[in-house]
Amino acid sequence: MTETKHADWAPLILIAALALGALPFVGSLSTWVTLTVAGLAMGMMIFVMSSGLTLVFGLMDVINFGHGVFISIGAYVALLVLVPLAAWGTADSLGLNLGVIGLAAVVAMVATGALGYFFERVVIRPVYGQHLKQILITTGGLIVAEQLIHALWGANPIPVRLPETLRGSFVIGDAAVERFRVFAILLGLAVFAGMHLGLNRTRIGLLIRAGVENTEMVEALGYDIRKIFVGVFVAGSALAGLGGVLWALYRQILVASMGMEMMVLIFIAIIIGGLGSVGGCFAGSILLALLANYSGFLVPKLALVSNIVLMLAILSWRPQGLYPVARR
Amino acid sequence: MLHRLLSGDLPRSHALTVALVVVLVSLAFAPFLFPGSQSLNVAAKICVFIVLAASYDLLLGYTGIVSFAHTMFYGIGGYGVAVAMHGIGATWGAMGVGVALALLLSLILAVVIGLFSLRVRAIFFAMITLAVASAFAVLASQLRDITGGEDGRSYSVPAMLRPSFRLIEDQVLGVSITGRILTYYLVFFASLGLFLLALRIVNSPFGRVLQAIRENEFRAEALGYRVVVYRTVASVLSATMATLAGVLMALWLRYTGPDTTLSFAIMIDILLMVVIGGMGTLYGAVLGAAIFILAQNYLQVVMGKLSAATDGIPLLPQLLHPDRWLLWLGILFVLSVYFFPTGIVGRLRAQRR
Repeated sequence: MTETKHADWAPLILIAALALGALPFVGSLSTWVTLTVAGLAMGMMIFVMSSGLTLVFGLMDVINFGHGVFISIGAYVALLVLVPLAAWGTADSLGLNLGVIGLAAVVAMVATGALGYFFERVVIRPVYGQHLKQILITTGGLIVAEQLIHALWGANPIPVRLPETLRGSFVIGDAAVERFRVFAILLGLAVFAGMHLGLNRTRIGLLIRAGVENTEMVEALGYDIRKIFVGVFVAGSALAGLGGVLWALYRQILVASMGMEMMVLIFIAIIIGGLGSVGGCFAGSILLALLANYSGFLVPKLALVSNIVLMLAILSWRPQGLYPVARR
Repeated sequence: MLHRLLSGDLPRSHALTVALVVVLVSLAFAPFLFPGSQSLNVAAKICVFIVLAASYDLLLGYTGIVSFAHTMFYGIGGYGVAVAMHGIGATWGAMGVGVALALLLSLILAVVIGLFSLRVRAIFFAMITLAVASAFAVLASQLRDITGGEDGRSYSVPAMLRPSFRLIEDQVLGVSITGRILTYYLVFFASLGLFLLALRIVNSPFGRVLQAIRENEFRAEALGYRVVVYRTVASVLSATMATLAGVLMALWLRYTGPDTTLSFAIMIDILLMVVIGGMGTLYGAVLGAAIFILAQNYLQVVMGKLSAATDGIPLLPQLLHPDRWLLWLGILFVLSVYFFPTGIVGRLRAQRR
């Protein structure tokens, strides 16, 4: 994460306060548990999908409006594993089930990572430093890629079956908690922990964080920031692919625009988190999803605009987002 | 006279002049040149989208800001007419109320979004407008009692504009002057007027300041122009023009729904039109809109034939499938941004030299 020496607990306290504050209004503890777990799961999925985007932006000031298409492609590529190995998914064995998901995730990540490399080289490299063109070009890439998905996989929605052991719910007391949501939370936490360790405990992570704070200085010290950036872009695209697999299993139906539909939430998450901050993106995603769930339950009409209200509120409190990156 | 009408901003290229005259004449005499309801529909759509693309170019091409909320304003215009006509009745008065309220709402939203996010960088504005527009689209489809939800609203228009109305008993050049044709000419002349107004705006001293901001924000600020104010005014002008385009479309279609006004697909269409036609020149919006709408309606036929002709070759038939027409325009869009950022108009103008 990119925040400075003193840990800043305020955003985390805000999340806890939101969750606990919602409890009396929701009324029943079991409903609250269900809502909270669902919100956390959704938040984790948003985080996995958006973490790459925020780092890419932080490091090279590049915004990829086509990020959503990597999510869709990840989901569609996962089909290449999920369909032939359907027997692994329907088997009543946790090992085989996780195996097929793991394999699908790896294939999806390799594919989206490779595509990210190509995208960085061909599409983004010529327009460094030109925001207007970046937005236009990446939106164009989005259109073309979405149409290619239609051409390759057909325009009809494709159903995906969730592996057997992840179907259904755990029952804790009166509360029903969907198994897949628990799986999504665990995976999201693992990704966050991995990124946190990678950024804070490795040399390359140190360079990435330094690059986010001050690109010129890192270059002046003799490091090739472009190379680091390509790596981050590839990793970010692969994470979007992983998010796509999760999102596909959650929706259980694939359409080419599924990634694009998430872009609004992703943008809000990285804006309220503070552009460039992984920790902020994590906190922002969870805050966003929890608030959407509680307000959807309590005041359904408000849920429609809860995202925007949250964004305005956070930006009024901290104009640079929850965890501002020093440079911005 | 012509010089004044075009605000001194002449096409400056023979080919471009010819193209523009062809578009103008075709649209002006569309009911007589291309009889039939489908071709009249295409002509009306071209008129409306010229206004919509021109108003977007005011932001993108002249001021250098990317907004994804343009369809929101377009939709507000459409829904203003729809809600008023549906709620009050098919009168001109109701339409006036609807249009006035729609303009007011657009104005307020544009000012609020502008002041909130135009202070910061282009990227922020793009993301925030995307978020606001999507929230608005969800709102419009959920507030079923007001907007008709996903189904949208169908309504009748004032008697003069209905298909059964006859202005004169006799036919003119073999075409009877129905309410539909009157509606078409209402759309046509309103679009022409709005386009000339936009041309006036970009060639005014105010328009020059916008271009200065596009070229160098800091220098413009240093020269004493309040960048935030100019940008906000530009986005308000652009929003109100988009609202009026929405009004025209609502009158023409006699239907307003989320898919015809608020969808992200239309936003993409507008972007394609402006960029392919040529950013930073309003004539680009004319050519872009005309080409795009024609492609949307007729390219599919050509592609269907090509797709059938290439049957048997792997993948190619899928790529040439009529539904994939946007793929090819998308590729054209990407190539435009790289290789001819001034679009078709820029190319035509460069040729002369």
